[in-house]
Amino acid sequence: MTDVSDTTTPSEPPATPADGAAPLLRVRDLEKVFPIKKGLLRRTVAHVRAVDGVSFDIARGEVLGLVGESGSGKSTTGRLLLRLIEPTGGSIELEGKELRDLEGEELRAVRCDMQMVFQDPYSSLDPLAPVADIVGEPFQVHFNMPRKERDEKVVKLLEQVGLSAQHLRRFPAEFSGGQRQRIAVARALALEPKLIVADEPVSALDMSTQSQVVNLLSDLRERLGVALLFIAHDLSIVHHASDRIAVMYLGGIVEVGDADDVYSHPCHPYSEALISAAPVPDPVVERSRRRIVLEGDPPSPLDPPSGCRYHPRCAYAMDICSQVAPEPTPTLAGGEVACHLHTSGPALAGRPLAELSGVTTHEPG
Amino acid sequence: MTDRHPDPNADPFVTSGNAGPLDATTEVERSVEGAWVPVMHQSDDMPRHVGFWKRFRRNKVAVAAAIYLILLILAAIFASHIGLQDPNAQNISEINRRPSAAHWLGQDDLGRDVFARIIYGARVSLQAAFTAVAMALLVAVPIGLFSGFVGGWIDLVLMRISDAVQVNPGLVLALVITGILGPSTTNVAVALAFVFTPGFVRLIRGQVLSVREETYIEASRSIGAKRGYIIRKRVLHNVASPLIVQAAVTAGFALLAEASLSFLGLGVQPPQATWGTMLSRAFAQVFQAGWLLWIPGSAIALTVLAFNLVGDGLRDALGAEGRN
Repeated sequence: MTDVSDTTTPSEPPATPADGAAPLLRVRDLEKVFPIKKGLLRRTVAHVRAVDGVSFDIARGEVLGLVGESGSGKSTTGRLLLRLIEPTGGSIELEGKELRDLEGEELRAVRCDMQMVFQDPYSSLDPLAPVADIVGEPFQVHFNMPRKERDEKVVKLLEQVGLSAQHLRRFPAEFSGGQRQRIAVARALALEPKLIVADEPVSALDMSTQSQVVNLLSDLRERLGVALLFIAHDLSIVHHASDRIAVMYLGGIVEVGDADDVYSHPCHPYSEALISAAPVPDPVVERSRRRIVLEGDPPSPLDPPSGCRYHPRCAYAMDICSQVAPEPTPTLAGGEVACHLHTSGPALAGRPLAELSGVTTHEPG
Repeated sequence: MTDRHPDPNADPFVTSGNAGPLDATTEVERSVEGAWVPVMHQSDDMPRHVGFWKRFRRNKVAVAAAIYLILLILAAIFASHIGLQDPNAQNISEINRRPSAAHWLGQDDLGRDVFARIIYGARVSLQAAFTAVAMALLVAVPIGLFSGFVGGWIDLVLMRISDAVQVNPGLVLALVITGILGPSTTNVAVALAFVFTPGFVRLIRGQVLSVREETYIEASRSIGAKRGYIIRKRVLHNVASPLIVQAAVTAGFALLAEASLSFLGLGVQPPQATWGTMLSRAFAQVFQAGWLLWIPGSAIALTVLAFNLVGDGLRDALGAEGRN
């Protein structure tokens, strides 16, 4: 045991794509603590650690899927990247430039490179503004572009997302959810950003329109080379759209890796549970599948469990899990996982979790 | 946002798979045909101006009130061009006469034509009411937007100041201010504007507080818009609807307040006509010619009612807007 000091040093960079080039976005130990204030004097009575030491990289043109259940801090992470809310710790580097130091004009300028698509296309578009103003807003804000020029650009953008010039003077209420989300995508594309943070872009849409928007995003990535942080709670959608997947639980990333590897051979018990929760559109497979049903709600981030935050719900929990927080360790597939199963006890040493099944699985109760 | 129901305007790409989303021509043609847009959808989601007029027209009473107000305003503006008699010309030999063909609403205690005086009086009364509301809005809109959007201790201070103004009964406060400034139409308007401002500030601030949390404001921030731009271009028009309604209703109250102050002799000075002073003069004649009270009285009541009805109509027409 030589690595006792490990708990105090910043976590090692997680797996980067193989090409070795500097990543577009480098996030290290990102942290957001919300104070909870109560009473007349607004005294801080507690803290919510919404995002607690999140690190990941996104390469140019890469799609990183960020999954986790509600309250895991994935949307907060997305907003922190754009500094829509202020991080309380850690670093965010875009092309080697630290975003946390930027103020005022510089911050405005860097927002040209990073854009966001929001979850709810019903509230992310100003209901009283015509499409021309919504999609043209970036041009007006950054270049103060005259109306005519702006409209020409807007039409080009609308065509990229499958709408057209005749939609220019319409209002958001005249569009369906899928169309609205495409308008939101067009707006995000306006400044030719290098990274788009898509915060659950399809969760508010019905199934049939979901794939449409996902396909649009994938297609735009291919044609424009824009990198994407694809936030979602539905692993099956993220799996199709992403190059790599990061799984979040209660403010921390528990597993990162190649999308197919994480999806088919999860290394973390939580990833496994998440994947088993997604239905498979094949009745034969679906019936034969082993389904892991998680007991209870996720613990409150107000008072996270000691040690590994997942241990109270984990089917494989050991003694060490409630005492020591697991450090990220590399997986055989080239990803990273933070779980004691890979380092202590019947160590998996980076092999998929499936190899453990039948060995030490004990059903709860 | 409770209405996240599956949109009836279902997307035309449902079955078209991968090729769909980027196929601009498909989208255009289908929308032009209108095949994807059910009838119900059309009536609910008209472009906002069309939808507004359609909804407003449905309220017949509000339309009637609006027509009455427009006619009154036009008559007041062009009072000297529509062949009225001189409102200040006295005729001592014909006092307190009942309505006749020559004098449609009769003659007052100095033999002046009441109809002419009502129309000329409307000019003063409406002008005072509109000026008061306009001044109040001019002051209240920037303060309300700023207070609501920026918040913090400035908001706290501004709200306590508005509390301090609002604890006083409006008419009494206006009375005191006019008394200090001296009786004139302008001063009445200033006093009323002062009384109305805090109410408007609170209304705007409250609206801003809710609009501020909308995702489209966050979206504007993520684009890199400055605070001033967001307030001007995104917040302002989204708080406008309740403000328009409130302004219409307040105009009615301003008219009433102006009449009250004039009745007490704090508004326009004689011989110029205004509804309040006409009422006050008629009141002195109540035993000689009681019917004279009815004319300015009804004019005030009708006009205040009209403002309120138009306000109601506006509220109903504007309310559903943009909420689809």
